[in-house]
Amino acid sequence: MLTARLINLHKHYDLGSFVVKALNGVSLDIPEGDFLAIMGSSGSGKSTLLNLLGGLDRPTSGQYILCGQDVAQMTDDELSAIRNSRIGFIFQSFNLIPQYTVVENIQVPYHYRPGYPPISPIDEARSIDLAEQVGLGDRLDHRPFQLSGGQQQRVAIARALVNDPAIIMADEPTGNLDSQTSIEIMRILKQLNSEGRTIIMVTHEDEIAEQAKRQIHMKDGIIAGEGIFKG
Amino acid sequence: MARYLRTVSLALKSLMLHKLRSGLTMLGIVFGVFSVIAMLAIGEGASNQAQQQVLELGATNIIVVSKKPAEDAPSSGSASAFILRYGLTRQDYRILAKTLKNRIGGIVPMREIVLDVRHIDRNLSARIVACTPDYMEMNHLKLATGRFLSDKDISDRSNVVVLAAETAERLFPTENPIGNTIQVQSRAYRVIGIMQNRTASAAVGGSLTAQDFNKDVYMPLDTFQARLNTGDYIVKRTSGSFSAESVIYNQITLRVLNRDDVIPISESVRETLELTHGAKNDFDVVVPLELLKQADQLRNIFNIVLGSIAGISLLVGGIGIMNIMLATVTERTREIGIRRALGARRWDIIEQFITETVVLSSTGGLIGVLLGLFTPTAFGLIKFIVTTYVMDSGTTSSEMGRMFIGMTPQIAWWSLPIAFGFSVVTGLFFGVYPARAAARLDPIEALRQV
Repeated sequence: MLTARLINLHKHYDLGSFVVKALNGVSLDIPEGDFLAIMGSSGSGKSTLLNLLGGLDRPTSGQYILCGQDVAQMTDDELSAIRNSRIGFIFQSFNLIPQYTVVENIQVPYHYRPGYPPISPIDEARSIDLAEQVGLGDRLDHRPFQLSGGQQQRVAIARALVNDPAIIMADEPTGNLDSQTSIEIMRILKQLNSEGRTIIMVTHEDEIAEQAKRQIHMKDGIIAGEGIFKG
Repeated sequence: MARYLRTVSLALKSLMLHKLRSGLTMLGIVFGVFSVIAMLAIGEGASNQAQQQVLELGATNIIVVSKKPAEDAPSSGSASAFILRYGLTRQDYRILAKTLKNRIGGIVPMREIVLDVRHIDRNLSARIVACTPDYMEMNHLKLATGRFLSDKDISDRSNVVVLAAETAERLFPTENPIGNTIQVQSRAYRVIGIMQNRTASAAVGGSLTAQDFNKDVYMPLDTFQARLNTGDYIVKRTSGSFSAESVIYNQITLRVLNRDDVIPISESVRETLELTHGAKNDFDVVVPLELLKQADQLRNIFNIVLGSIAGISLLVGGIGIMNIMLATVTERTREIGIRRALGARRWDIIEQFITETVVLSSTGGLIGVLLGLFTPTAFGLIKFIVTTYVMDSGTTSSEMGRMFIGMTPQIAWWSLPIAFGFSVVTGLFFGVYPARAAARLDPIEALRQV
């Protein structure tokens, strides 16, 4: 069963004097339970692709079908709802909200659920449970500045999982971490994948990409190849 | 509802992150709201003071006063060229009493003159007020002990006087004045009553000078005219020259039965007197009720002027908030990007920032209202400082000075919810632009910011 399908996706940026063609016809099937690493040099279109996959942007043409819905033509509000319920984000720089505690950060996606249901005791328990799963059960009331980089990234992972999304988008998740912590984070991601979650990860590090199930390489706005290319 | 509580609590969390900044931002609104309340309280106090004065004069009273005509006016019918005769006469009194008999509840003629009053070795310059028994009631004076003048005192031309509080205090610091005698121009008068103390009324409307009832000596009108006969003359000697004025009554006060009749009767009084006085222009008709209307107008002017000054400070406070919120939006671009990525709609972002602004401004408003409640205390302090260190005896006795000293700000209760409401509206109004700026941010751009 497919989680996501991209059909001939184009993304052009009109800069007035000229048009930047960031994506030039990308087609890709992402089955459920996939662990995909997107690689490529800067300017290759990998960030644009991730933004489209994450529902942060809309393609100029083509279709993006996520869990059976065509996301490409959705309004801004509909996209917001998709991001909230179907997609979990993990960023290179963690992106926690500084004034919130660990638990409050994990609960941020709760605030934007469609229909704004109140945060129930079940929700509360789930967010604490997730914090414990990523090993932060004893730091629920800490604020981001009191945590190490690896701990912050684990908060971000718990936050990404709180609304039980179909896909987790990880944008250079280990980019700001030392190798020991990187191994730790990758272990968590692989575990999530083994539990059946689809993970899409952007990275430029081969040894990180190697740990995914498959790798694609972006170049000049198209998929240039699959697999690991050393060197 | 629960959702809005949540939004508010999240806003508080964000604002508490920068306590000093939030506090300083709020300050503009605090002072704006405070000054709205304070200004309106001062306006209210001033108009209450004016109204109080008018009510002391009597809302149903018509006061006819003698007025010295302009210097070059011809002195008609005078026996001597040195004597300037002017003002209200016995004939005026009789005509008014007769023609208005059914429409007025009382009419009191009054003659006043400042003379030395003596008790043994104590001397005092007092205002001798020669009047009839109704004078007390008409001027809202209250008796402390003894009795006031009676009709019998008038008809008997008794040698009795009633002393005002301060006069009694100064002439009889230790003894009981009742039954004792005072001397005026070598004649002795028995004291039969003492009046209660009464705060002096400031001048109203220009045609009536300030009245200080506390230095009065009340005497039966007929006694005054029979015994203390200065021949109705007031003689003035200045270096090298000599002039005399003749006045029968200084003032005739009429009390109208029906409040609606005050204005029409005052007009007929003026017309009646003009028949006999002609172009002499030696009397004035003062209608306290008219002054009451003027006082009302004065209050409205006060409220509008002071209110708009205060409104400007509220506006400045609002601009301050907007300025900080715009800076906050720039500073929190990344947070906005995160929220958008996690599913916040544009409207959620707008709501968040407007809520923060409104929480800020309404908290400021609340503090401003609380401060506003202390306006009378603060004004009292200012009054104390000004009277102790700034004013000298000259300024305190001036009309402005008396008005300032006599005034107490009165908090207009309706101004509290209005001022608070304005602070909320200010927050809403000045929060919209920064909130929209925040919501317009492209989530991708916002996330890219470091």
